Amino acid sequence: MKSRLLTYGAMTAFILISIVGYLIAADNEQVVKITAKRFEYSPKEITVKKGIPVVLEFTSLDRLHGFNCPGLKIRTDIQPGKANTVRFVPDKAGTFPFHCDNFCGSGHEGMKGTITVTE
Amino acid sequence: MKIDRRDFLRFAGFGCVVFASGLGGMGNLTNRAWAAEDDFFFVQLSDTHWGFTGPAVNPDSTGTLRKAVETVNSLKIQPDFIMFTGDLTHVTDDDKDRRTRLAGFRDIIKELKVKNIRFMPGEHDAGLDEGQAFKEFFGETHYAFDHKGIHFMALDNVSDPGSSIGQTQLEWLSADLKPRDKGSPIVVFTHRPLFDLYPDWDWYTRDGAKAIELLMPYSNVTVFYGHIHQEHHDNTGHIAHHSAKGLMFPLPTPGSVPVKNPIPWDANQPYKGLGFRSVEAKGKEARYAISEFNVKGEKL
Repeated sequence: MKSRLLTYGAMTAFILISIVGYLIAADNEQVVKITAKRFEYSPKEITVKKGIPVVLEFTSLDRLHGFNCPGLKIRTDIQPGKANTVRFVPDKAGTFPFHCDNFCGSGHEGMKGTITVTE
Repeated sequence: MKIDRRDFLRFAGFGCVVFASGLGGMGNLTNRAWAAEDDFFFVQLSDTHWGFTGPAVNPDSTGTLRKAVETVNSLKIQPDFIMFTGDLTHVTDDDKDRRTRLAGFRDIIKELKVKNIRFMPGEHDAGLDEGQAFKEFFGETHYAFDHKGIHFMALDNVSDPGSSIGQTQLEWLSADLKPRDKGSPIVVFTHRPLFDLYPDWDWYTRDGAKAIELLMPYSNVTVFYGHIHQEHHDNTGHIAHHSAKGLMFPLPTPGSVPVKNPIPWDANQPYKGLGFRSVEAKGKEARYAISEFNVKGEKL
């Protein structure tokens, strides 16, 4: 009986520690939700802080798009009906352009935006 | 000044052209007798964007291609072949309109005297339907052919909307190269640059490095491409890459402005920045004399 109580106690403590740890980590992440549709991102201007992990969560409202930010070396396909997530830690300040890199039609060339990383 | 083959021969000796070679330099070239039996030249036309409208950029959008056709037809000696390196048409989201534009382009270039014409798509032609409409009009999007000792290859880096050549085509490229002598002359045509010219403006090919890796063991490789609407010359190792002017609107030099937009029409210098090129090939020796011309056929 005593050992069972100890086991339950250990498991409970582990779960609590995990939840607290997750919440602390989540609190330290910068989560940005971005929608993509022909031929724009919303938002198209994103600001994040240097050194703090960033999660970009993309949703396509119509077709396949892309997200490519060469200056920060991050890219992903943005597929409709699917979660598209990119994680990175910005290690330099500045403004970095991004664009759609999956050809999506007549306004493709104008589908772009910027990520600004502040100190 | 109208151009003819004599111009090529004359300019070849005076450095008025860009000389490209897999191995050799300009010194060797200028000391050689240029017109041997296996010499020939071809013309590269690119980015005609048939269907584009934008008076501020090109008020003669329906006449520029016709003028270029007339200019090429005016050559006293016609090129052995003509290569169109993509974006024959301007993008439309409508499948029917895409075919109408491809047909319109085809009807104009039918007037070319030279009937040995090769085509490849740009993303405007093929990026929305994986090249389906293009193939209906102009056949395969990647292929190879030989001409007077030179092996020519057209690589498709646009039918995949993500600008990848793709594993299937890379395997084809590898198999096609495999039996060739490492020193044999090879010319590659693409639409987009194979190398990272300026990724912020999408001027690259996602898996272009894989194609370059396959080509690298071959010592005489030259790449001619389009897409960036301007003349540009660069190297990846010993492989030379030459982009051509477009025939609808010029684009700014890579990274020169914050936003990549067509350069507005200059009424004082109509058709400025538009043109085409000729490439005189010293067969089997992988030496090329590149000459740039404006729409009127004046040498630049």
